[in-house]
Amino acid sequence: MTDLETFQSEPRAWLEENCPASMRTPLLTDVNACWGGRNFKFESEDQKNWLDRMASRGWTVPTWPTEYGGGGLSAEQAKILAGEMRRIKARSPLTSFGIWMLGPALLKFGSHEQKLEHLPKIARGEIRWCQGYSEPNAGSDLASLATKAEDKGDHYLVNGQKVWTSYADKADWIFCLVRTDSSGSKHHGVSFVLFDMESKGVSTKPIKLISGNSPFCETFFDDVEVPKANLVGEEDKGWTIAKYLLTHERTGISDMGMPTPLNMLAKDKLGLDDDGKLLGSMTRHQVAEHEIDAAAFVFTLERAKDQAKAGGDIGAFSSMLKYYGTELNKQRHELIVKVNGSDGLEWEGQYSNNGDIARNWLRTKANSIEGGTSEVQLNIISKRILDLPV
Amino acid sequence: MALILNEEQQLLKESADGFFAEKAPITQLRGLRDSADETGYSAELWAEMAEMGFAGLLVDEDNGGTDFGLVGAGIVAEAMAKTLTASPFLASSVMGASVIKAVGSEEQKQAWLPQIATGETIITLAIDEAAHHDPVKTVLKATKTDSGHTLSGMKTFVCDGHVADTILVLARTSGEAGDRQGLSLFSVDRGAAGLIVDRTIMADSRNWAKLTFEGVTVGADALVGAEGAALDAIEPALDNARIIIAAELLGIAQECLDQTVGYLQERKQFGVVIGTFQGLQHRAAHLFSEIEVTRSAILKALQVADAGGDVRWFASLAKAKAAKTAELATNEAIQMHGGIGMTDEFDIGFYIKRARILQALLGDYNYHADRFAACSGNALSINQLFGEKQCLIA
Repeated sequence: MTDLETFQSEPRAWLEENCPASMRTPLLTDVNACWGGRNFKFESEDQKNWLDRMASRGWTVPTWPTEYGGGGLSAEQAKILAGEMRRIKARSPLTSFGIWMLGPALLKFGSHEQKLEHLPKIARGEIRWCQGYSEPNAGSDLASLATKAEDKGDHYLVNGQKVWTSYADKADWIFCLVRTDSSGSKHHGVSFVLFDMESKGVSTKPIKLISGNSPFCETFFDDVEVPKANLVGEEDKGWTIAKYLLTHERTGISDMGMPTPLNMLAKDKLGLDDDGKLLGSMTRHQVAEHEIDAAAFVFTLERAKDQAKAGGDIGAFSSMLKYYGTELNKQRHELIVKVNGSDGLEWEGQYSNNGDIARNWLRTKANSIEGGTSEVQLNIISKRILDLPV
Repeated sequence: MALILNEEQQLLKESADGFFAEKAPITQLRGLRDSADETGYSAELWAEMAEMGFAGLLVDEDNGGTDFGLVGAGIVAEAMAKTLTASPFLASSVMGASVIKAVGSEEQKQAWLPQIATGETIITLAIDEAAHHDPVKTVLKATKTDSGHTLSGMKTFVCDGHVADTILVLARTSGEAGDRQGLSLFSVDRGAAGLIVDRTIMADSRNWAKLTFEGVTVGADALVGAEGAALDAIEPALDNARIIIAAELLGIAQECLDQTVGYLQERKQFGVVIGTFQGLQHRAAHLFSEIEVTRSAILKALQVADAGGDVRWFASLAKAKAAKTAELATNEAIQMHGGIGMTDEFDIGFYIKRARILQALLGDYNYHADRFAACSGNALSINQLFGEKQCLIA
């Protein structure tokens, strides 16, 4: 047996023993996910146990080094572990911006002390992070951000406002872009800092969206003191870190959605004709067209990952993944609403689980705006991949 | 298996790209068209391709091939697409070789495969009888005789039909049009009595033919594979060909994008390079995205075919997606080139004409979208796939 084959049998037995039955059912929405953090209310004992057990193996972040709370697995081993989790339909033990966005940036740019301080808490789901990027006047043009951090010797004094901060009202800490120098070009003078959301002077205000939900907040900083030890990388040179993190965010966003094949949803709702074809030939055609693109896109994610594993830099390719994946997800939800007809537009009540279909559909409209709009991604592809002049 | 080219395949790609760029630039196709060349391809080039091992990519080494598999054949098809190389590659090295490997007897394999690999013999496949690909509707009749069969009927859209030495013909031995069973495959020599071959000049200036069978008699040894069960037996071979056609469509789309981007970087209007205009940048960037997504579907299908898995769903996915993307790419290329893209002197027109032929060949977008949907009900396909999604990107 090869090492990898040996590796397969161990996680299989361990998962079989340690993954509670209730954690082997599909996640319905974001709300049911385990987000962790100081104030997180576990929906069940099972959910907490599942997180704790996985974290004890470092398997919430399988490829991170063990000294930072990870599993120390190779990419190949992590793929096997993911396969074994899939086999028993295990839920992800932890959904976390810390894992998805901050972690990779800290691993690359953070000091040893910063990694030791923050990564294990992310891995164990103890601290929930939010992202302080966009501002009222810095959306697509993110580099024109103006939140100010003044040098006060041992600390920065931060004043300003962020907007579209996902779950800021629920987060414990924030990774935040601030301006430490406004004299040069807008890409210079940006710094990447970390601070506690319980710091004096931080306040948040949820924004009610067209879906009726409030996943985003306005976040205000009024004379917030941030210790200098919480600066990641060099002062004024945070833009590189910001961009690196964005490529992770984009790849992540491109990979969201598409939990159940559309053809299954449509079949359940519309039924099949005598030949076993989806009832409604135009709908069947639209579903097939969408799933052709969706399947080809899934293989594109696989290819990008394999390319990265083989040492290739996927760089601006992540913009393509973000653009294509989010447009596809919007299209998918339009089709889900169509397939469900008037039922899909119910807003309240038990029958529709308080308008799940309609609210999820509206949520997807932000997919092609957040993390850089589709148009920004096309600009990046045009400039960095196709080498077209600006 | 990683969804990228391995080192050996990467080398094949480099050598194929270099070979066709040097030996078969698009001026060659233009020359064949303008001189109304009777064979429609360059025999010298075909011999050189065979020497390079390209003719025998799908033939095992024991039979004189290079055995590079479907991924290898896809790489070469994509390279040939960039220069629109005219050759019997698709007919003989892909369709002929795949079908013989799938259903030929050991003797037939030993007789034909080495000759395909050396390029000495050109073998093609005759399936379609009407304007839309639909093999179950085959009516060309094979009537049993004492010594074999007599074939009567017609075939159309036969790739390299007028230069092939041997034609593998799908014929009905029982049942009627619409029945999946009752179809059999026969080999017929081009010179057979009663076979009328009409070369059909089509939009792409390549080789196509209509064949009329007026009581063509063949011996018992002409039957390839089991009588009455040919369609199911050759379906995987047809799927192999469909994926290779998709790879050729991908090469066309990529070449259209590359030439268009080159043009956007040079052409000036309003005193600036037109590539600075966001209206054009976004069209080009969107096209780039579609091409990359198409590339992934094709590589996956090629790998699944090489691994010997059930390839129907993957083949229809690849062919459908490639057809759509090539349609977009060729249309966008003309639009972004402006008026010059409409001229015969400029090459883009050759690409759009070839693309539409390949889009129709062995099933168009609608045919494959329908088949993809039908296969999606099977457990093998999308459900499994989306289950795997979680591990694709961390």
